[in-house]
Amino acid sequence: MNQGGITTVAYLVAGVLFIRSLGGLSKQETARRGNGLGAVGMAVAVAITAVAWASRGTEGWSMAILLIAALTIGGFIGGWLARRVEMTGMPELVAILHSFVGLAAVLVGFASYMAPGAAAFDQPGAERTVHLVEVGVGIAVGALTFTGSIIAWAKLRGTISGKPLLLSSRHGLNASAAIAIVALCVPLVLAHGTSGLPYLVTIAILAGLLGIHLVMAIGGADMPVVVSLLNSYSGWAAAAAGFVLANDLLIVTGALVGSSGAILSIIMCRAMNRSILNVIFGGFGTADHTTTGAFAAVPVGDVQELKLDGVAALLRDAKRVIVVPGYGMAVARAQSSVFELTRALRKGGCEVLFAIHPVAGRLPGHMNVLLAEAGVPYNLVLEMDEINRDFPRTDAVLVIGANDIVNPGALEDPKSAIYGMPVLEVWKAKTVVVLKRGMAAGYAGVENPLFYLTNTRMLFGDAKKSIDGLVAAVKASS
Amino acid sequence: MSSEIIFGLYIFALATFVGYQVISRVPALLHTPLMSGTNAISGISLVGSLVAAGRGHDAISTALGTIAVAAATINVVGGFMITDRMLRMFKSKKAPASLPEKKA
Repeated sequence: MNQGGITTVAYLVAGVLFIRSLGGLSKQETARRGNGLGAVGMAVAVAITAVAWASRGTEGWSMAILLIAALTIGGFIGGWLARRVEMTGMPELVAILHSFVGLAAVLVGFASYMAPGAAAFDQPGAERTVHLVEVGVGIAVGALTFTGSIIAWAKLRGTISGKPLLLSSRHGLNASAAIAIVALCVPLVLAHGTSGLPYLVTIAILAGLLGIHLVMAIGGADMPVVVSLLNSYSGWAAAAAGFVLANDLLIVTGALVGSSGAILSIIMCRAMNRSILNVIFGGFGTADHTTTGAFAAVPVGDVQELKLDGVAALLRDAKRVIVVPGYGMAVARAQSSVFELTRALRKGGCEVLFAIHPVAGRLPGHMNVLLAEAGVPYNLVLEMDEINRDFPRTDAVLVIGANDIVNPGALEDPKSAIYGMPVLEVWKAKTVVVLKRGMAAGYAGVENPLFYLTNTRMLFGDAKKSIDGLVAAVKASS
Repeated sequence: MSSEIIFGLYIFALATFVGYQVISRVPALLHTPLMSGTNAISGISLVGSLVAAGRGHDAISTALGTIAVAAATINVVGGFMITDRMLRMFKSKKAPASLPEKKA
């Protein structure tokens, strides 16, 4: 078999391994092996590419050393990041990793445009036009992914405020940037040789600014959707790089990743009862929705506060407790304490389950990972659809650092900004205990009538400290 | 249009379809590992970067390609390692949570 044939077969093997690695994730039992298969696929693809490159034997050792150095440095940084990161920091890590894919796509686009013998030097014709448009698209998608991911990363870290930045003319700005990017492809194609470089640079800058602006306009509560969307873009960026290089494996893999991110985004949007366009362009929880006066009905009544021993007594008497974790649990790093409490309660014969809303946290599946890290068996952790009908026969619900996902206004108050969003119906339980720092509204900036219900008790303070206190009190009494 | 791009679009459409089918079966429980796993896989641009870096004879495209190789390697290595670390944490227990994890 010739060189090209071997490469093709190796790429096919790698592609199949990638699909199997994603397929493995459909079950917890097979997930780890699947991930391993993906890693093997990647090793095969990289190895065969390196061999194919080396066997041409024209570039010499200096180039090989350079590439090995780049691989080593990148591998070292990647391994360091993966070992060091805490599970509460997963959203940031995923966001910043997306940016690297975007960056790589931009660089591949420029490198393939500048390389001698590249298509830019071909005779004008359909082939050259198609190739240059591919380069333009690849660079635009890559640049957008790159800057958008960096902004998402900064927002998730809290370096940039989670509040959406809403310029009055933002739709106009987005539209003109998009049109300009498309229009710039015309002079790019018409330019001789690589003299179209300035147009390509302008495309990259415009797409980069568009990425910054799009993510700046999205509120913190919508972060799970943004991260999934950027995941999707990173896939499309890889596929675009595949078209640029006429590399089938990149096209296949990029399409797999792109559709994966797209599905996650759609799931997240469905969980918020909003369209994807509304999330991207909506600027949620802002003046657009909550114009003064038209705000949802302001809850009446007083909140009922309970101290630690009161909550502990309540839990001791409970036969069935459901824990609803939210982003606040991640911020307070309370997951291990929550598991301690679970163990203590289960020891006393109480059934403890966990209810996860699809958009709890800042990443799809964020809460599941945190609970798994703490050691909570995943068969105690249930999704919203599985557990919503269980609340009426539950004695106590512990809401830990969650707000909008347990807001009864979403079902009952048509004026609420989150009206129509499916929520965990915790108020149907006998008693709801809400652990919260203070009375601030949730990320969406929406008042929560739950806090004012007669069967709701508030436990103010740092979630971790509160739960540690509960563990001690429950253990002491048993 | 060249047959190359037609063929590319053809496999692109098929792969999107396969991706949709496969990903739809992933439970919400594993959505974070799915993200970091796909993240690692999209580091396949590493292969693209190698091609781009290895193809050029001029300094600029070599430099750009080399930086791209480093960036994509961070993704591949970091992505697969963090996914594995996460998946190791997912444990099922049929026995009550109060029992020790392993029987001696």
